[in-house]
Amino acid sequence: MAIAAQQRELAATAGWTAVLHEWTTTVDHKKIGIMYVLMSLVFLVIAGIEALLMRWQLFYPRHDFLPPDTFNQLFTMHGTTMVFFVGMPILIGVGNYMVPLMIGARDMAFPRMNALGFWATFFGGLLVYSSYATGGAPAIGWFAYAPLTEKTFARTAATDLWALGLLVSGVGTLTGGINFIVTILGMRCPGMTLRKIPFFPWTMLWTSVQIVLVIPPLSAALIMVLLDRNLGAHFFDTQNGGSAYLWQHLFWFFGHPEVYILILPAFGMISEVIPVFSRKVLFGYEFMAAATAAIAFISMGVWSHHMFTVGMSKTLDLYFAAASLLVSIPTGIKFFNWLATMYGGKIRFASPMLFAFGFLSMFLIGGLTGIMLAIAPFDFQLTDSYFVVGHFHWVLIGGTLFGLFAGLHYWYPKVTGRMLSERLATWQFWLLFVGFILTFGPMHIAGMLGMPRRIYTYDANRGWDIWNQITTLGAFLQTPSYAIFVINIVWSYFKGPIAGDDPWNAWTLEWSATSPPPSYNFEHIPVVRSRRPLWDLKHPDDPDWKYE
Amino acid sequence: MNSTQAIIHHESTLSPGSILTLNQMGLLAFLVSEASLFSTLLVAYVTFLGRDTIGPTPREALSLPLAMVSSLFLLSSSGTIALAERQLHRGHRRGFQFWWLLTFLLGAFFLAATAYEWNELIHKHQLTISRNLFGTTYYTVIGMHALHVTCGLIAMLIVLSLSFRDQVKSEPGGAVELVSWYWHFVDGIWLVVFSVVYLWGRSA
Amino acid sequence: MELPGIDTLLANAVAEDLSIFHPVSPSGIAIAALAILVLAITGGIWLIVSSVLMYCVVRFRAQTGDTHEPPQVYGSMPIEIAWTAAPAIIVFILILVTTRTLWEVEISPPAPTAGDQTLFVTVVGRQWWWEYQYDEYDGKKLGFITANELHIPVSDPAQPRRVYLQLKSADVCHSFWVPRLGGKTDLIPGRVNSMWLQTDQPGVYLGQCAEYCGTQHANMLLQVVVESPAEFEAWLKNEAAAALEVESAARGRDVFQSLSCVNCHAVRGTIAAGTYGPDLTHLMSRVTLASGQIANTRENLREWIADPQQIKPGCLMPAFGLSDRELDDVVSYLESLR
Repeated sequence: MAIAAQQRELAATAGWTAVLHEWTTTVDHKKIGIMYVLMSLVFLVIAGIEALLMRWQLFYPRHDFLPPDTFNQLFTMHGTTMVFFVGMPILIGVGNYMVPLMIGARDMAFPRMNALGFWATFFGGLLVYSSYATGGAPAIGWFAYAPLTEKTFARTAATDLWALGLLVSGVGTLTGGINFIVTILGMRCPGMTLRKIPFFPWTMLWTSVQIVLVIPPLSAALIMVLLDRNLGAHFFDTQNGGSAYLWQHLFWFFGHPEVYILILPAFGMISEVIPVFSRKVLFGYEFMAAATAAIAFISMGVWSHHMFTVGMSKTLDLYFAAASLLVSIPTGIKFFNWLATMYGGKIRFASPMLFAFGFLSMFLIGGLTGIMLAIAPFDFQLTDSYFVVGHFHWVLIGGTLFGLFAGLHYWYPKVTGRMLSERLATWQFWLLFVGFILTFGPMHIAGMLGMPRRIYTYDANRGWDIWNQITTLGAFLQTPSYAIFVINIVWSYFKGPIAGDDPWNAWTLEWSATSPPPSYNFEHIPVVRSRRPLWDLKHPDDPDWKYE
Repeated sequence: MNSTQAIIHHESTLSPGSILTLNQMGLLAFLVSEASLFSTLLVAYVTFLGRDTIGPTPREALSLPLAMVSSLFLLSSSGTIALAERQLHRGHRRGFQFWWLLTFLLGAFFLAATAYEWNELIHKHQLTISRNLFGTTYYTVIGMHALHVTCGLIAMLIVLSLSFRDQVKSEPGGAVELVSWYWHFVDGIWLVVFSVVYLWGRSA
Repeated sequence: MELPGIDTLLANAVAEDLSIFHPVSPSGIAIAALAILVLAITGGIWLIVSSVLMYCVVRFRAQTGDTHEPPQVYGSMPIEIAWTAAPAIIVFILILVTTRTLWEVEISPPAPTAGDQTLFVTVVGRQWWWEYQYDEYDGKKLGFITANELHIPVSDPAQPRRVYLQLKSADVCHSFWVPRLGGKTDLIPGRVNSMWLQTDQPGVYLGQCAEYCGTQHANMLLQVVVESPAEFEAWLKNEAAAALEVESAARGRDVFQSLSCVNCHAVRGTIAAGTYGPDLTHLMSRVTLASGQIANTRENLREWIADPQQIKPGCLMPAFGLSDRELDDVVSYLESLR
């Protein structure tokens, strides 16, 4: 306690240069986590503006607000930014802050490598964005299908900066993954066997396993693109025997597990929030844990469901369709277990639970449209149409983002020592919820009406106008919700009610530390006997370890 | 180093039942990612085998005897590095430095042999990375491996200079052990690369 | 020859139907049927699971002031097995129906034989237009090239007429998608893909490129004109013929041939033999220009040639700085290419 008080005092009197120095040289997982989250929020705003520009262009058929090349740059940068500089870093950031606390450790296994990971991600982002200064961002799409990325078709340096930026940030992602694996496997407090870790660290573990396995193939493919463009190699140079097909395989081998990297941590956060706010232990922990591992495995083997129309044999199409359908089984198991946790509980709809409800209701739909896409012949119509755009935004926003907001609202008191405004959070939730449905729902319809994706304009006579207009209105309805979130986190930092150590009456180790925790996390490394150590402390007559 | 770091170092933070140290786990996870990287490059290599319409082909250009000599250098360096480890474990600093330096030299020989081979390929066979698909994939795979060898050699030099200041200890998860594991891995990758490129690929 | 279809096209401009649920081909119908089945199953799942969710949300709301924890339930093996088995069964059914439709929809092209009433066309995707090489029909070799508007004969239960397309690309990846005629297939440089079309409903079916292929991807539009066998064979005959020699267009022809137009465009029967741009031999048999983007009228044609970048910025045809006189002449010549 004394050291923590001393630290706060020191921090309060430090000048701004000292504070800047502290943050840029820190190896403390908590500060690094915060930097990851803040960086991601900045990129979220940028990518959001890119989206709004596109949506305005698509409000009218044959609208001339944006020329085609600008639009094409925007969707490339929007996708690249959201996946690599918002989605992954923000989840890694929350993981960074929370995982050591939740397993009773003082920091991540490799604090300096942790810092390297953040700065590499940040510099990678800067590299990618510097392309705007070279006469335009890349206009290749976020999955950059060859040979569009060859020098013949993408003449400016933008594509090189894009590839280089992703290579650099890929190093950051990879080191983050390694750090999580070693931390979770190697630094659990006494008594915490792998079967007793809280669910969020478990999902971070599997996310990290996927990162270690699939980021290198992306890096290899990016190196191949750079070699093609700069040293005359022919990997994807179809005019000289190269293979456009190979790029698709390599990219999607990374690209599909990538979306599970983006969703598993959100599953983990939801699995922390639902029990606490339903006042019940997570139902079926072992099955949930096994389902997580199953999802991680199966998702490594389904990548060509992004390639159903490239001309693979029927047998291959069938294999990938079947494997993709298989993923719905463990995902379903998780869903039912969440419902069973709520069933018979006493649900409090504080903001974390509100977002968890949003997650459950929306991810259900996103998962079901995923099943539709897995059915190869149906996919022959739906792929590369707005239906897919609707689907993946539905799972990424309905799933990842809502899950993330649940986690952020849950853990904000721990990080800052103050409560977020419930009223602002409620406004944010409903604006986001309604806006999101209005934005991405009509996309499914437009897709089924024949509208392909990545088009900067469309003809008036195809029946697509109204759906595009509703979508654009929905996007503008969502926009204030993000502003409200930013206002909430800033205002509450200064004016929110003091949270105390355990404002939610929760059960995992992070709530035994102060809010915020001191730099060393715990006075003494805790010793645990069950998955809910604080439940055991609060209910000595009826501890968890009797039933696990 | 502030008080926080001191606390981290002081307590044993290993999970209950851990067999490996944190450093060992970290290196192994890293090596898994490297295996994934090389697998991808080899998949590309194999994909393009036999698809060239202009030469030179692997059979025409590659010299198996030269590759076997350089392989001998590299693979025996796995032996010498193990001997170096054993010397360190027994507390023989000079012995350790001798075998460690020998490992470095064998690795450097390997790189020199690769450079010689590339010189022959470029000037005698006109094989460059832009010549044909074989050139593209060959230089990428061999080059990526050579890059990893180079990083290993640099790491060895750093450890060697630390050893001259008597700062190298034999401990699980220590620098010597980690570099040694990395080095064995690089040699193991070479076995695979050699088999694919010089044995299987030459006859395809 | 008249401009067939432009009136129809303009009349249909009010509401073009590209819905995947209004299929006119066997594969489109098979996919739509599968789609409806899948929508029904997933819709049912959504209804059940959402109801449970809403029930929980309403029924198990905490009462204010209630601080007692509810009974803690850690799990139940029978329940886990049940809700693993049920989805597994549904997945199994879905795999079965997927298999059936896959085999129904993907058919390899046969070899052309005499009297097979089958059309074989090679489609070459190019940035940002479609090249159609008409190979064989009814066992007879055709051997002409046209662009952007694909004419096919209508099929008939009594006499089925199928069209097999070979899909190639001259540059980057494209995708051929006419939703009412079935699913899409990609055009991948270095690969040859194949797909088939068949419909017994004449009309004009629209679509567009469905794989992002660069700046003007959005304007790489598709038009499939399905016409009676008689109309189709008349069209074939006209297309296969060399360019009409029209006396009044002679000056225009000379201007055209003296400019760099001939480097990219072909007009069969003349010295123009460029292969980079669309074949213009029977330009006037098309109802649109710029790959479906604008109607084929004199004004539009003139504007296009004056500066294509104004209509399709980024397209690979530059403005040639023609004088008004040269423009008029060239347009007059092109208008003679019926």
